[in-house]
Amino acid sequence: MSEAAEARASGSRWRVAANRRWIIMALLLALTCYAPFQLVPFRVFQFTMVLIYAVALLGLNLLVGHTGQISLGHGAYFAVGAYTAAILLHSWHVPYPATLPAAAVAAFALGLAFGVPAVRLRGLYLALVTLAIAIFLVPLLKRFESVTGGSMGLTLAKPVPPAWTGLAEDQWLYFLTLAVAVVAFLVTRSVLRSRVGRALHAIRDNEAAAEVMGVRLSFYKTLSFAWSAMLAGIAGCLYTWVIGYVSPDSFVVTLSITLLAGLVVGGLGSYWGPLLGGLFVMFVPSISQSVNDAAPGVVFGLLIIAVMYVAPTGLAGLAGRAAYSIKKTLRKE
Amino acid sequence: MAGFLQQVVEGLGAGAIYAGLALALVLIYQFTGIVNFAQGELAMFSTYLAWQLTAAGLPFWLALVVTLVVSFAGGMLIERVIIRPVEGAPELTVVIVTVGLFIFVNAAAGWIWSFTIKDFPNPFPEGAFRAGGVSVGYSTLGILGVVAVVMGLLYLLFQHTKIGLGMRAVASSPQSARLVGIRVGWTLALGWGLAATVGAVSGVLVAPLLFLDPNLMGGVLIYAFAAATLGGFDSPLGAVVGGLVVGVAETLAGAYVGFIGSDLKIGVPLVIILGVLLLRPQGLFGRAVVERV
Amino acid sequence: MRVSVIGCTAMLLAAVAACGGRGGTEPGATASGPCQGQQTTGITDKTIKLGGIYPLSGPASAYGDIPKGIKAYFDYINAEKNGIGGRKVEFVVRDDGYQPPKAVEEARRLVEQEQVFALFQTLGTPSTTATWDYTNQRKVPQIFVATGASKWGTDTKHPWTIGWQPNYISEARVYAQYLKKEKPTAKVAVLYQNDDFGKDLFGGFKRAIEGSGITVVGEQSYEVTDPSIDPQMRNLAGSKADVFLNITTPKFGSQALAADAKNTAWNPLHIINNVSSSITVLKPVGFENVQGVVSSTYYKDPRDATWNDDAEMKLYKAKMAQYAPGTDPNVPFFTFGWAVADSFNKTMSAAKCPTREGLRDSMRSLSNVQINMLLPGVTMTTAADDGFPIESMQLMKFKGEGWELFGNVIDTRKEFGPLTG
Repeated sequence: MSEAAEARASGSRWRVAANRRWIIMALLLALTCYAPFQLVPFRVFQFTMVLIYAVALLGLNLLVGHTGQISLGHGAYFAVGAYTAAILLHSWHVPYPATLPAAAVAAFALGLAFGVPAVRLRGLYLALVTLAIAIFLVPLLKRFESVTGGSMGLTLAKPVPPAWTGLAEDQWLYFLTLAVAVVAFLVTRSVLRSRVGRALHAIRDNEAAAEVMGVRLSFYKTLSFAWSAMLAGIAGCLYTWVIGYVSPDSFVVTLSITLLAGLVVGGLGSYWGPLLGGLFVMFVPSISQSVNDAAPGVVFGLLIIAVMYVAPTGLAGLAGRAAYSIKKTLRKE
Repeated sequence: MAGFLQQVVEGLGAGAIYAGLALALVLIYQFTGIVNFAQGELAMFSTYLAWQLTAAGLPFWLALVVTLVVSFAGGMLIERVIIRPVEGAPELTVVIVTVGLFIFVNAAAGWIWSFTIKDFPNPFPEGAFRAGGVSVGYSTLGILGVVAVVMGLLYLLFQHTKIGLGMRAVASSPQSARLVGIRVGWTLALGWGLAATVGAVSGVLVAPLLFLDPNLMGGVLIYAFAAATLGGFDSPLGAVVGGLVVGVAETLAGAYVGFIGSDLKIGVPLVIILGVLLLRPQGLFGRAVVERV
Repeated sequence: MRVSVIGCTAMLLAAVAACGGRGGTEPGATASGPCQGQQTTGITDKTIKLGGIYPLSGPASAYGDIPKGIKAYFDYINAEKNGIGGRKVEFVVRDDGYQPPKAVEEARRLVEQEQVFALFQTLGTPSTTATWDYTNQRKVPQIFVATGASKWGTDTKHPWTIGWQPNYISEARVYAQYLKKEKPTAKVAVLYQNDDFGKDLFGGFKRAIEGSGITVVGEQSYEVTDPSIDPQMRNLAGSKADVFLNITTPKFGSQALAADAKNTAWNPLHIINNVSSSITVLKPVGFENVQGVVSSTYYKDPRDATWNDDAEMKLYKAKMAQYAPGTDPNVPFFTFGWAVADSFNKTMSAAKCPTREGLRDSMRSLSNVQINMLLPGVTMTTAADDGFPIESMQLMKFKGEGWELFGNVIDTRKEFGPLTG
């Protein structure tokens, strides 16, 4: 945001900078669109999962990174989105595109419902409550067996690519996920640049001051909760499309903690943090597995602590700093 | 009636387990204002140390003493090395660091000792004490006794020793404490060391009942949180009473409330946490905090 | 902003249009000769590459010992028996942490990147359920999955997936059969894990005792997140049952055994399911506390003195020491791995064509195949519509410091008829 403000100050530089940014964005997007035609389906699947995690982290980032509210239970909203989609597909045979808004609405409603009491909670208490919710959801899903399939879960058919696209299943799922992720990123970005975003940042930086300045704390916090839950729910819905199977034991509390870990390492409160976090969540366990079977946990734990010390803005912050220093040295020459 | 009383006794037994860990949580909170999400995992790690020592042939009580000393030192070390850099940082940062510690310690224990369960020697005799159709296991009595003793010792430490006075000063205002010459940093480390020791005691107490594996405390943690919330995060007495209440409530709800049953009783701590936080955020025995800007 | 959205969309469409589809998946290698057109990915005249997915990390990682037993077996036949029919076996193991999405990722990695011939074992019902649509779509054999869910055998839409161990329902039938004979009016209390495994076994038991004098007088479930199952045990003790059926996973199995031993006022016949019958579950409880506990099994227990002179057991212990030094061959998971690897060897050797299709047909037409590590009288039999290789078990009772087999091998197919969905 400050970058943008700074850029706006001088007219000509702004245009160059903005153009360059859009060129980079367009190149990136072109690359993401081109990649699935070059990679084996297995890699395409991996990147699809990265995008799904990125959407969930985008939601978590809104709450944790931008509003300063902690959540140890975002896996619960993810699960609600996944199950909403799964139940609609399984019991009502709803066409799959329709499950996306439904999952979003369900998660939004739930986020709102928890946001109202959560507004009164601060910091660690909020962490406790969200943790308890994440733990409680698993037996709850098992209880209503006739709807949720109980502990056996639900197996679903995956979306079939329309014939005119000529795409394979994994490519189609990738593009669906990519489209949703891009829209989610753009919408979140514009929300954060608006009045709402400024209000959220004010709350994060100093609640009391924000209140004095006329920011309606309860309204914005609840909103942030609901939005954040909605994005997690959307990610959950994509998950159902891609995996084609939901079971309560897929959404244990580890998922919530993994999401938080991914966000912290990716970069709290940064735009690219969720994407980097998604890459981290997806690839680090596979890589560290070659060291030792228990290594993923050790690596996760250590990285979280290390990032909090040396780079509170995560990988995104580090990348930004690196880019800045490169630019600076280039300019000097 | 005997059946009901028996359920209450069972609940107290479970509650004593929660109370032990809740005591450790409360200790750290009192001094540093931090809720340590890794507390249960540290306790589990200490328990593994004790197991390793007994497996190496040390007599149980000697192993216990060594474990407590090592845990105390380990707790202080963690404070100095891991928590120190984020002291005074926003709550969010501190919570995330302890969550990181949680993941790390859990995985490290699995790495070192594998996930196969270990048997842990029970310091208390087998069997149960019987009266009027109700039987109370000696283990349960033993745990209750130890928890009560630990609570008493902590009370004495805080109220009747110079160290305790210093700790209370630090808890109430670190700046003023520093001005009157108390070494705040070391006092905080002392708090972590004490909490780790109490955690180790609770781990050693529950391991014979739950069997030792890296997830020993995973299930207990949320109940301990509920206990600490109910009793008030700054009251050791509250932690113990809270633990017992949570244990009894959970057991009775599981046994007598048809809808809850044994599968949904994990919802009981959730309801307790939410209820307490919304109705009486300071808990039963805690002091209300007035926010100053 | 608006311009960019439109721009991006246009780019996306352009990219899609420019490249078109991948033109379907590239066809894998195929065989010629009598097996013409059949898939030969991952298999040559000299090698065969297999992939396995197990929880090597996380709470379920005790099962991670299974692939070690398998590896020891393959190392042994590679070095001393010239592999399987002249083909050296390469066994790639991946970790899914017992998480279905991770299992899908690893299955795809093994099939598409590692180019394995077949998935030899995926562990756990959730992980296998999440992957079997994929393996069947790709026509990759998913052989001898390490879960006892009954759906691997009853399902007809997934011919490429097959189980191995006796399914949970068959196991439940064995206990029901035993009770019908020994305690025809038994009152049973059941503790079960609230997941697919617990429900499958308990459901099978309830169906198997229908119409008999046996009744279930108490049932309690637990969650894997519960710290303790003591309250459940207390409630079950109140039911005054004379049989206790313990359907648990290892840690809770130990807790339930201990709780039963502690309660001297309630002394039911304790039946513990096969999953928790490992010595690593019983030992922590103390051998003196688990005397007379009943369970069932289908492969040889390395601790059982009965097999001290058994040729296969001797071979197993010698080769474990040689190819997996430092491991304790008494851990039953290693034995399990050895037995299942031997089963694969026999199945692959019997295949008419050294192709994926050949393996599929072979694994679905086993007829009384004898595996030396299985109990005498337990063999593997399958058919096109019968996906349960092993359906016989023998009861055992804990005595002294180990299990002792008793009675005859119970063939549940004979006793109860074929299992249907």
